[in-house]
Amino acid sequence: MMQTLEPILAEHPFFKGLKSEYLQIVTGCASNVRFNKGTYIFREGEEATQFYLIRQGKVALEIFAAQHGPITIETIEAGEVLGWSWLFPPYRWHFSGRVFEPTRAIALDGKCLRTKGEADHDLGYELMQRVAQIMLDRLNATRIRLLDIYSDLPGGKL
Amino acid sequence: MTAPLLDPMVPKQYRIQRIHREIPDTFTLELEPKDGCEIPQFATGQFNMLYIFGVGEIPISISGDSNKRRPLVHTTRAVGTVSKAMRDLKPDDIIGVRGPFGSSWPVKQAEGKDVVIAAGGIGLAPLRSVMYHIISHREKYGKAVLLYGARTPADILYRRELELWRAHFDLEVYVTVDRATGSWRGSVGVVTRLIPRAPFDPQNTIAMVCGPEIMMRYTVAEFEKRGVAKENIYVSMERNMKCAIGMCGHCQYGPNFVCKDGPVFPYIKIESLLTKWEI
Repeated sequence: MMQTLEPILAEHPFFKGLKSEYLQIVTGCASNVRFNKGTYIFREGEEATQFYLIRQGKVALEIFAAQHGPITIETIEAGEVLGWSWLFPPYRWHFSGRVFEPTRAIALDGKCLRTKGEADHDLGYELMQRVAQIMLDRLNATRIRLLDIYSDLPGGKL
Repeated sequence: MTAPLLDPMVPKQYRIQRIHREIPDTFTLELEPKDGCEIPQFATGQFNMLYIFGVGEIPISISGDSNKRRPLVHTTRAVGTVSKAMRDLKPDDIIGVRGPFGSSWPVKQAEGKDVVIAAGGIGLAPLRSVMYHIISHREKYGKAVLLYGARTPADILYRRELELWRAHFDLEVYVTVDRATGSWRGSVGVVTRLIPRAPFDPQNTIAMVCGPEIMMRYTVAEFEKRGVAKENIYVSMERNMKCAIGMCGHCQYGPNFVCKDGPVFPYIKIESLLTKWEI
């Protein structure tokens, strides 16, 4: 009997607790992928057709700056989700995704999921809620980084 | 005849044996009593008052191994008048030491449980003694996890030791930086991002957190989100301490004195104070 990706998706934090009927739908849009160290999974400006549930490895989100080269914004690692540009127009990657460590992931077809979410708004809401949670977590993390909390705070007296 | 009680306000003279420049603004002092006497026993998380005669006195956590009495080890960052003067000291110079003072990390209470240490920046220094303790009593603990966040790769404290700890098969060490530079291929992002990734059982974990106060607030929130009970989270607070024995009131923090009731507090005891602007 052929093994499906459903149990793997059910275990991933992103889909944890998702109803079984929705998991089956999502599984229809999923595929298993591997990436070698140093390869780019996607590049800034390209069409964002997929997103990835990282199972193992490390992917750096990078932006390219002239005279600096690539700058790492943050790393996405096991148990995390890489990419939300598939859900919002114009469906283009804002950053590049470079593999820092050999990576195993589940790729999810963004267009496939958008179509399913349009057809069933309850599923669409579930997906939107989960992506929004990730965006909230990353926004909070970015805000903390903006504070530059490890730098010298004014008024150091000791 | 009983020995006279030592006056906690009178510093004892210590000789600087060695100064180790950790990262550009952070250094470690190794001290020995000038008179060759015993160094008082300390518990993980406690601090001493270090006095540069004619300049001033500051509290600094003990960052050495509580199982090894000698030398007395302190790591600090040069940020103010006294710590900057301390940075310029040389081996054989004499400084005053009072202590140890304050509460300690709950290493006894953590026995039989997973231990997760979350440190940010110089906050790793007061927790290094916990790492030493766990390594020497490894069989008494479940999983041992260190989560460490620094500003950039160049700001990573105790880098060599982190690499050694990472090589231990029974220690989990995760390091992240807020800003990647150079050829850094490790994790990039705030230290809170490491909490969902780390392997530990939230129902059976003691978390110990030290770093800038904002970092500690968000770190505690992330531990709670992961399922660690508030009662099992401990934080180390920093305030301007003067007497170190709860007399002068400089370090008053709500109903607590950080020098006497802290610096290590159960999070639940100070939770309501952390977001009070007036304190």
